[in-house]
This record gives sequence, C-alpha cells and structure tokens, in this order.
Amino acid sequence: MQPDISVKNLNKVYEGGFQALKNINLEIKRGEIFALLGPNGAGKTTMISIICGLANMSSGEVKAGGHDIVKDYRKARELIGLVPQELNTDAFETVWKAVSFSRGLFGKAPNPGHIEKVLRALSLWDKRNNRIMTLSGGMKRRLMIAKALSHEPQILFLDEPTAGVDVELRRDMWEMVRKLRENGVTIILTTHYIEEAEEMADRIGVIRQGEIILVEDKAQLMSKLGKKELRLQLQNRLEQIPGQLMLEPVELSEDGHELIYTFDSQQEQAGVARLLRTLGDLGIDYRDLRTRESSLEEIFVGLVHE
Amino acid sequence: MNFYGIKAIYNFEMSRMGRTLMQSVLSPVISTCLYFVVFGSAIGSRMGNIDNIEYGAYIIPGLVMLSLLMQSISNASFGIYMPKFSGTIYEVLSAPVSYVEVVLGYVGAAASKSVILGLIILATARLFVDYSVLHPVWMLSFLVLTAVTFSLFGFIIGIWADGFEKLQIVPMMIVTPLTFLGGTFYSIDMLPEIWQAISYFNPVVYLISGFRWAFYGVSDVHIGISVGMTLMFLLACMAGIWWIFKTGYRLRP
Repeated sequence: MQPDISVKNLNKVYEGGFQALKNINLEIKRGEIFALLGPNGAGKTTMISIICGLANMSSGEVKAGGHDIVKDYRKARELIGLVPQELNTDAFETVWKAVSFSRGLFGKAPNPGHIEKVLRALSLWDKRNNRIMTLSGGMKRRLMIAKALSHEPQILFLDEPTAGVDVELRRDMWEMVRKLRENGVTIILTTHYIEEAEEMADRIGVIRQGEIILVEDKAQLMSKLGKKELRLQLQNRLEQIPGQLMLEPVELSEDGHELIYTFDSQQEQAGVARLLRTLGDLGIDYRDLRTRESSLEEIFVGLVHE
Repeated sequence: MNFYGIKAIYNFEMSRMGRTLMQSVLSPVISTCLYFVVFGSAIGSRMGNIDNIEYGAYIIPGLVMLSLLMQSISNASFGIYMPKFSGTIYEVLSAPVSYVEVVLGYVGAAASKSVILGLIILATARLFVDYSVLHPVWMLSFLVLTAVTFSLFGFIIGIWADGFEKLQIVPMMIVTPLTFLGGTFYSIDMLPEIWQAISYFNPVVYLISGFRWAFYGVSDVHIGISVGMTLMFLLACMAGIWWIFKTGYRLRP
C-alpha cells in the first residue's frame, strides 16, 4: 500500500546556515501511529512544519497521500490536520466559531453536526459559546485538537500533544488517539514522554541532530535493543562470583545476596537455562527470582547518547 | 478556488470589526466630525471659495480619503499582523488556500470595512456641510479602488512589521504627512511653484484630486492621470505581495 507520508532526501538549512534536517528519508504507513522521538532541538518540529506547510524545505521531496506538498499543496494539505506544540489561539472568538473557522479554511462546507461531534468527543461542548480566553490550558489544548479535527483529516500531526497536560487529560487524549486510529486516521506524534510512545505507537522513529537514526516497529525495537535482567535472591551470601560463571554476564550485588544476569531478550532461552543449570550444579540455592525488561526510555537514552 | 476558505477568513475579519466597533468605526467618524466642525464650520466660514466650491464642501473628499487611507492600512496591517503575533497564522499556512485566496480574504475584509466607513463619514459630513456628487459611479469606484490599494499596502506592512511600533510607524510617519500635504485642505495651485512640483511626487495628491473630481468636476490633475497613478500603486502592491508569498518572507522560514 502507498504510504500516507513519504519523505525523500529532505534537507533544511536555515538562513543563518544551521542545518536542522539532514537528508531525511521516512515513510509513514496508512493508519498507523508513528511516534517521533528525539531530544529538544533535534528537528522534530522543523520536519512537521515542512510537511504541514509552515516552513519551506531546502531540498527534497515530501508527499502526503501521494500528493507532492509543494506542487500539489491543496490536495496534500486537505488531508492533514495539525496540532502544534504551542497553544496558539485567538482570545476573543468563541469555541464554536473558532472550530467552524478551521473547517471553512480547509475548504469544507459547513457541517454543524460534525463540529458538535468533535466538541463532544473532546468535552468542549459545554464551552462552545465561551470565549477562548476564558478556557483553561488543558481546554485550549483540546480546542487545538478540535480545530485540527474539524475538517476530517486523514493524517493527524500531534506535536507534543500532552506537554503540560494533567494525567487524566493525557489518558483521555490517548483514548481519543486510539479511536481515531480505529477510524483509519494516520497519526504522527512527537513526544518527550517515552511512556507515551511506548503506550501508543506502532512504530517509532528516533531523530538526533537532524538525522533519523532509527525507524523500527515498537515491539521489534524493544526486543532488539531491549536488555533483560534476571535477579536471583540467593539463599546464602556469596563472597565472589564462582569460576564457572566468570564467562557469563553476571554481576554480584554489593551485599553478596543477589546475582544479576543481563542478557539480550532474543537469546534469553538458552542463557537463562544454562545459568540456572550451572547454579544447580554448584549447589547455589536461590529464594526468589525476577526478570525485568528495559523500558523504551532506557533504550532511547542509550540511543541519543551514543 | 477554495471559496469556503476565503469566506472563513473574510467573515473572521469582519466579525473582528463588529467586536471593535468603537475603535474601527466610531473613532474615525468622531475625528472626521471634528475636522468638519473646525475647518468646515468655524474656519471655513471665513475662507473664500476654492474653484468656486465652498471651503467646507471642498475639503470633504480629502477628509474622506484621509480616513480611508488610514483605516485601510491599519485594518489590513492589523488583520495579518495579529495572527502572526499570536501564532494562529499556523492554521492559515497549513490550510489548502493559495496566497491569492489569503489576500482576497484579508484584504477584501479590510477594504470592505474602509468602504463602509468612508460611506458613513460621507453621510455624517452631510450633517455639517451641504455637498453634491457629480459623478457618483466614479466616486464609488474611486472609493473602492483606493480602499483595495491601500489595504494591499497595509497587508504588506503587516507582514513586514515584527513589532507594534513598526505597525504604527508607516501610517503615522508617512501616510499622515502625505495626506496633509496632498491637497486635503487646499488646491495644489495655491502652493508656490517649487512646492507644486514637489507635490506631484506625492501619490496621495492623485487620489484626492481624482476623488474631488468625482464630487465637483474640478481637479488639480487630469482624472485619467489620477486613475492611472492609483492603478500603478495597486500593481506595485500586488507585485510586493506576490514576492512575499513566493519567497515566504516573514511567513515561512
């Protein structure tokens, strides 16, 4: 199937000479949730700005739904809804007018039924006649999403959607994003909360200093780069690691009561069995054992600091 | 053509006028009334006629032009500057609208407001001075042409300005002097020869002269030249806007 977003050899050099994006190549599939991770200033927002028409590219080619975003910008942009990072809203307009304005701007005939549906889904219906300046920060964030959804986009960009949002609202948003995906909307989100990507994304891209350093299926990424750890609570204290285990990736805790075995999750089967067998042979008893998988956060920190 | 998009921008801008009725309608009307009271009634009654027109009536076209220019520029520049300032411009930039449509929306609304205001001022003037309009169609055409031209000019200023000071500086420092020296209160013939020559470099002279011709059939320069100069300025503004959108100047980094 044709990708919903295709980015080829995209470069962005700002006027001062700073190269924000270096030869980006990326394809985002129809109907997936793609999380773009990266530290501050890595180029996430620049890339989104170019795809959505807020900034000009220096070179390269970007297509949305098969339409070139420069030559065929009308068709490309009609498909895209954007929720930017900053809470940029009018102050004096009412919620209803602001959301209706967005729909019109994207060339769609008025449809009060759809606007009502969007506002209800985002718990903004009761506030529809309120001026925007009277809304709380969280409500303004939802208003931005409502504006982006007003024209029924096929592709939705969420730039740091849950920055500065309380836990409950964050959960609500995740729920909403899932529902949108069920309806076939492609979602690209950037986030600082690794937890968010871990919870939501189908695929993950990591961008560092303007370069995409990795694009991977989330599950594969976790298994490929994820480390597992097996901790054995020993019955009796050990002074040092027995000679037979010297070649294994095993550490002894400081108090000598715990053996820690680190392994790649792919080779877990063989390694763990061998370790446990060796321990049995040596007569080392253990009271308890637990394994732990490294989180996406640890993987991420490892990647961007490489 | 994205008609819904044009309509959305146009209506948004017009509703801003509704919200700021005091500032966008009442204040120019009041200041123009003051001009009529001072120059039309108080001083005008002691002045002789110019070109056989009573002084109070003579200054009407110039005063309407003064408001029309100022309002067109400030409406249009503010209209595009505010979304830039508040950041809401992102939505317009990401929308499937061409720059012609963006300009039609913003400039169309700004020009509409100015034309409405110009007509309100003309109606108000009737309370103070008796006047007639010799060529009503020309008068209206000139009103619309000037409103559109200077709204385009204001749009450029709004894009160029990166602070409120710059937004004010062109109307205050350039347009006001040009209007006062453009024959609002006098005929260019009344100036010493050297100043007459200098005046012909002032584009506002052509606007006021042409507009006055539409009222009374008398003008400082031929009506054809007036229309031609206004159209030239219109084309220059259009070229400026075309360049802005082509390069993304101050809109798309």
